[in-house]
Amino acid sequence: MVVETVRNALRLVDCDQNAVRLGLTRGLTLADARARIPDLVVVEAEPQADQRLIERLAAFCDRFTPLVALDPPHGLLLDITGCAHLFGGEAALRAVIAERLRAGGLHQRSAIAGTPEAAHALCRFGAGGIVPPGEDEAMIRPLPVAALEVAAETVIALSRAGLKSVADLAERPSMVLSARFGEDLAIRLRRVLGREDVRITPLRPAPACMVERHFAEPLLDMQGLEAVVMRLIAEAARLLEQRGEGGRAFEISLFRTDGAVRRLGIETGRPSRDADAILRLYRERIDTLADPLDPGFGFDAIRLAIPVCEPLNTHQPSLDGRAVEDEAVAELLDRLVTRFGRDRVLRFAARDTHDPRREARAVPVATPASAIAWPMPEPNEPPTRPLQLFEPPQPIETLAEVPDGPPLRFRWRRVLHEIARAEGPERIAPEWWRDGPAEPARDYYRVEDAQGRRFWLFRAGLYERENEMPRWFLHGLFA
Amino acid sequence: MNPKPAPLVLADLRRSLAEAALRTAPAAVGRVSFGAPALDEPLGGGIARAALHEVYAPGTADLAAATGFAVGLTIRAAQMGQVLWVRQDVLDAETGRLHPPGLAELGLDPARILLVRARDAQDVLRAGAEAARCSALGAVLIEPWGEPRLFDLTASRRLALAAEASGVTTVLLRASARQDASAARTRWLVRALPSRALEANAPGDPAFSLRLLRDRGGLGEREWRVEWDRDRQSFHERAAFQARPAFQERAGNQGRAQDAAPLSRPLVPFPADGPAAEGARDPGFRRAV
Repeated sequence: MVVETVRNALRLVDCDQNAVRLGLTRGLTLADARARIPDLVVVEAEPQADQRLIERLAAFCDRFTPLVALDPPHGLLLDITGCAHLFGGEAALRAVIAERLRAGGLHQRSAIAGTPEAAHALCRFGAGGIVPPGEDEAMIRPLPVAALEVAAETVIALSRAGLKSVADLAERPSMVLSARFGEDLAIRLRRVLGREDVRITPLRPAPACMVERHFAEPLLDMQGLEAVVMRLIAEAARLLEQRGEGGRAFEISLFRTDGAVRRLGIETGRPSRDADAILRLYRERIDTLADPLDPGFGFDAIRLAIPVCEPLNTHQPSLDGRAVEDEAVAELLDRLVTRFGRDRVLRFAARDTHDPRREARAVPVATPASAIAWPMPEPNEPPTRPLQLFEPPQPIETLAEVPDGPPLRFRWRRVLHEIARAEGPERIAPEWWRDGPAEPARDYYRVEDAQGRRFWLFRAGLYERENEMPRWFLHGLFA
Repeated sequence: MNPKPAPLVLADLRRSLAEAALRTAPAAVGRVSFGAPALDEPLGGGIARAALHEVYAPGTADLAAATGFAVGLTIRAAQMGQVLWVRQDVLDAETGRLHPPGLAELGLDPARILLVRARDAQDVLRAGAEAARCSALGAVLIEPWGEPRLFDLTASRRLALAAEASGVTTVLLRASARQDASAARTRWLVRALPSRALEANAPGDPAFSLRLLRDRGGLGEREWRVEWDRDRQSFHERAAFQARPAFQERAGNQGRAQDAAPLSRPLVPFPADGPAAEGARDPGFRRAV
């Protein structure tokens, strides 16, 4: 018995079969239920845990077909078109799934039908089972109208009108129904009856290319695993070559016998179908796993999916060796990305702004280059922008300020710096369209202390105009 | 397209000449020259290309200067190739993050930089070793933070061997007081040096005080004072130390420095929204226009 607080009262949200037999129903308050049957076993509802369980089950079902969708609240939809024969036909597939779930301690009901809605209706409101092709309508017709899963008011209105089963509706012209109850009802009806078919929206999009191996006996040792992965990669490489494509991302799914699924993804900077290079990246990926691969009681299926493919034509390396060099750097970057993650291997991209805080940003190496060029330095001038920039700027304590100009001394990180040389101010106005009107303008000074260290200081705000006592900050360090 | 003004054309020409010179310079002998005879001659044409070199800053305060020197070395070593820079995350908070426009101002095109941000010293070492093995890179810069125990003799030998095998100049940049045994070919201690002031006492080109602490080529400890010239992409020695005598000794004595600096002059307030009043006395600072 599962309870949850609904409208300020503990109510039953789910009951097991024994409870149903005793006449308890959903929505009953716990107090009422207790009055009828004093020794109820009650647990608090945990919707998140339920959701996690369903998602784990979805991952488990991924081994039967790549197209798995959630069917809330507690269902899963599997698109088994073209997959059933791999498991010995629809009946055998259904039996396998039922057997595996029962072994996991779960009750289940299932139905196989021509459309997702028909299967859903049969599973929840009918007896379940397998609908032979073309007989959807016959199986669905006896079901109650509630099987259409339309709003509760509509169901009540329909039954008041004497329309109790799907068959009653199916015989009426859909024009009349949609005029009275809305287009939604007509659509649901068409889909449930199998007159209209829609694709399910799978949890994980179907990959562009996919190869997999199922094992009769669970695979336990890591060397065997690597051999299988190698064969899968070689097979995928052949497929890609036939299509004239290369993969940008690869994903290996390891299906464990106990239902757990481990997925390992890698990405490459450019399309690739070089089996050796991909295998090297995989070794790197497995090396860097925080928790090592645990085969448990063995893996019973391994799948290599290639979610992203791009055209790749074989080419002859040019004679100057430039292409070979680029290739070598790209491979190095792939290895580094695999080891450290995409957000750790970066290059710089310029941005079209005058604000030094936003002038540049680091982006993953794989992002395409932007068209914005870096500002060229002025010839015969010392650097006007620092080598290193503090974000956020560091507040400093200034001493012996002069009203307009850099301070004579400042203290930063408890060290007093005596300013020996200075240049400025360079006034940089804030970007009011991003920062808002309150952001003060900044007067930047390039200064050098008596030891020769060069700093980039700024004063936030102008004297006598924006604030009485402007604050000073250190924004960067020059070489 | 508008014709460029003459100084810009000249600067462009000079830069392309400098780049051409870098490509064809006596790189054949496998050395990276500084472009300054005073350094190159005692070192036998520069530092070895296929080797590990260490650049130390005596403390965090001089790390920016050491970074500038390392960038200069990298530019000369990379010969227009790509530069892979491994940097530990902590540095962003301690010394600020790398500012690409500033790198461009030193002559290193930000588009040529590949940045690897490492979580800890172990990742720095791993990424650095991986990169040093890749011969297609122009140069590798490795920047760990502090004095991690991982960077021991074994680690530096691994890096040195990788650099020797691939022929990629690898520079290890560290702010550290302690200098352990290492397999590096040379070790430099870099401090900031007061620059030669421009007009109106503005800070000039980046200047460094270099000390060669160790050289496997047999050169003893020596010191140089150099400046980095971005337009020619080379170092040059500051022959006679042209700054005011007060700055000759680092942190010498504050009193003299103050006497010599023109800072004690009275300054004229500068109206916030207009040019300085006609006839105002030169405040001693260069103003941006």
